[in-house]
Amino acid sequence: MSKNSQFVKFDKVDKSYDGKVLVVKDLNLDIAEGEFITMLGPSGSGKTTCLMMLAGFETPTNGEIYLDSNPISNIPPHKRGIGMVFQNYALFPHMTVYENLAFPLRVRKVSKDDIDKKVDKALSMVSLTGFENRMPGQLSGGQQQRVAVARALVFDPAVVLMDEPLGALDKNLRESMQYEIKHIHESIGVTVVYVTHDQGEALTMSNRIAVFNDGKVQQLSSPDKLYEEPVNSFVAEFIGENNRFAGQVTEISNNKCKVKLDSGSEILANPITVKSNGEKTIVSLRPERALINSKEKMENNFKGKIEEVIYHGDHTRVRLDLLGNKEFILKVPNSSANMEIKLGNQINVSWNSFDARALDPK
Amino acid sequence: MSSETQKILTTDGIPLEESLKKAEKKNKLKAFLLVCPLLLFLIITYVFPIGDMLFRSIDDRMVTNMLPKTYKAMEKWDGKDLPDEEVFEAFYLDYKKLVEEKTFGKLATQLNYEKNGFKSILKKLKRKMKKFEEGNYKEQIMGVHKRWANVEYWRALKRRAPAYSYSKYLKGVDMYENENGKIVQVPEDRRVHKILWVRTVEVAFFVTVLCFLMAYPIAHLLATLPMKYSNLLMICVLLPFWTSLLVRTASWMILLQQQGIVNDFFVWIGLVSDENRPEMMYNKTGTYVAMTQILLPFMVLPLYSVMKTISPSLMRAGKSLGGTPFVAFWKVYFPLTIPGIGAGCLLVFILAIGYYITPALVGGASGTLISNQIAFHMKSTLDWSFASAMGLMLLTGVLAIYWVYNKLVGVDNIKLG
Repeated sequence: MSKNSQFVKFDKVDKSYDGKVLVVKDLNLDIAEGEFITMLGPSGSGKTTCLMMLAGFETPTNGEIYLDSNPISNIPPHKRGIGMVFQNYALFPHMTVYENLAFPLRVRKVSKDDIDKKVDKALSMVSLTGFENRMPGQLSGGQQQRVAVARALVFDPAVVLMDEPLGALDKNLRESMQYEIKHIHESIGVTVVYVTHDQGEALTMSNRIAVFNDGKVQQLSSPDKLYEEPVNSFVAEFIGENNRFAGQVTEISNNKCKVKLDSGSEILANPITVKSNGEKTIVSLRPERALINSKEKMENNFKGKIEEVIYHGDHTRVRLDLLGNKEFILKVPNSSANMEIKLGNQINVSWNSFDARALDPK
Repeated sequence: MSSETQKILTTDGIPLEESLKKAEKKNKLKAFLLVCPLLLFLIITYVFPIGDMLFRSIDDRMVTNMLPKTYKAMEKWDGKDLPDEEVFEAFYLDYKKLVEEKTFGKLATQLNYEKNGFKSILKKLKRKMKKFEEGNYKEQIMGVHKRWANVEYWRALKRRAPAYSYSKYLKGVDMYENENGKIVQVPEDRRVHKILWVRTVEVAFFVTVLCFLMAYPIAHLLATLPMKYSNLLMICVLLPFWTSLLVRTASWMILLQQQGIVNDFFVWIGLVSDENRPEMMYNKTGTYVAMTQILLPFMVLPLYSVMKTISPSLMRAGKSLGGTPFVAFWKVYFPLTIPGIGAGCLLVFILAIGYYITPALVGGASGTLISNQIAFHMKSTLDWSFASAMGLMLLTGVLAIYWVYNKLVGVDNIKLG
């Protein structure tokens, strides 16, 4: 069976609440069948609005959303057959766990035996067998979340939407739930659209991530590409840590460019968005791509003064004053070879031009 | 022995329980002192008056105390034939004393309640009494008026002998104890109270239903609108609440009277002709309209406070799981508002069942309620014991409703805010 690569399709969707500001601007997004896609972005970036439009609780101001090639703008939420997990779980507090799970089946007039079977299956999927007769108020946050996930899946929806479902859980529980949701997705192959502002969550769980900012998708790609090859400075900054140098392009060739920094020094970088000489740019470099006292010969080699050393167990975080950037961060693996990292020392830092990405100046 | 040794001791060797009691004693005393003023206030303004009311409703000592000798003499009387000379003499002596004290009028009023015609023969007796000679009072009294020779009147007198009676309660439900001591209904044309009780419950019930039907959407709107609109709407709900009850009732009189604004409007749009303006006041319609409007906030507020706590995502969840908007409302939203419905309905019903001023002003003859009857006996007939009896019957009714509600829904489910 060939999978539909445009199972969910946002086609030129605009959304405005007040007629003055566009919350979502010209959104084009294809979601493949069985994919786990995450909408990631800061609050107010329009990601939840997109989810609500897909669920049917908001209507697009312009454009159309297709589900399996059918336009759905005029279909009310209860006929869309889309499961949804809400931020605060939204379990029905007056119903038992069983009744909560049976609700979507009962409204679909499923027979009593089938309801029992499906509820059993869904509860065992989230390892909550035996909790049928509890009330939601008697469950812990993590258990409530599992019930909410089970309820969204119990009626076999084509798509499941999750709106920051783990936001209310503590860190450890959140991490274990991330894996659990990921495993459930892998085992039943349902299409999942997940909204979060937590990049760690997005990177762990998704097949692809759509980074939202300002009502637009900034980048849509797999987690590794997103981290390694951000296409603009917003994504580079939003995902993970990065060191930034502001400057101007002085020389540009196919895959290299010279950037004159505001401090006067010149570095070699990888031109991503810059096209011509004289353009302003921000060069972004991941902390783990810069090395101390490297034996390899690298294109960028500079001396920096250690301003701060923070011990993190498996690695040490070093803040340097380098090329006028006092916030230059290095992550050094802890080993006996790096004993010379002391406050105030001068050390050699080097990196390849390929890893220094010259992006838009914002 | 073992329990002695197992007692847990504090570091100082005092038993833990004792030590804890000592530590909490001070807090308990503090708490009690803080509550004390309210407790006193409640006892003085609530427990005491209600107790007094209960006492008054069964207290029938007035006549008993006015005719002590008579009742003493009557103890031997079997009530079949006319009493003996002894009773007549005792009665003469008692009555003479009352005449001297000038309190005989009260006796006349009280006895007249028991049997019509007592007042005039007592007055006549007072006039003729001055010329009475000593001895043979039976002949002399019977000579005053032929009713004094009627055994019915003496029986009526005897019926007032007990110091305490429940006759007022019987009267409240249109019953009385007849000459033979049987409890029977009053003649059909005099059964006023039963009609009033039924009407009171009916009005309270329908006012509650009307309030609920109107308040539910308002409360829902209040709970879901954005803050700036909901505040305005809230003020609209509360504004009548802050206006004097009398002013509001009076304004309903202006609106609803036959030459009033509502009728003018009906005539203007051609709904009714000018000659056939409907009467919307001084009947049940007026009572319904005014009471519903006045009691509406008592329904809106508890509903609102409950609805405010229901997350909008619950309705969304209901819909996204495949429930039509109606199903989502009926299965998810509505059950969650039941505590508010219970509180609102109980509040409105209890207030409505004892409502006084509005029915008094706009109710007319067919729109008055039991509370108006109580007020009538308090102010006009001065039959306070009867008013107390009806007041207590009303109170018992309310407590019964509360009990039934508690059995059905559970009082812990009430949420007032």
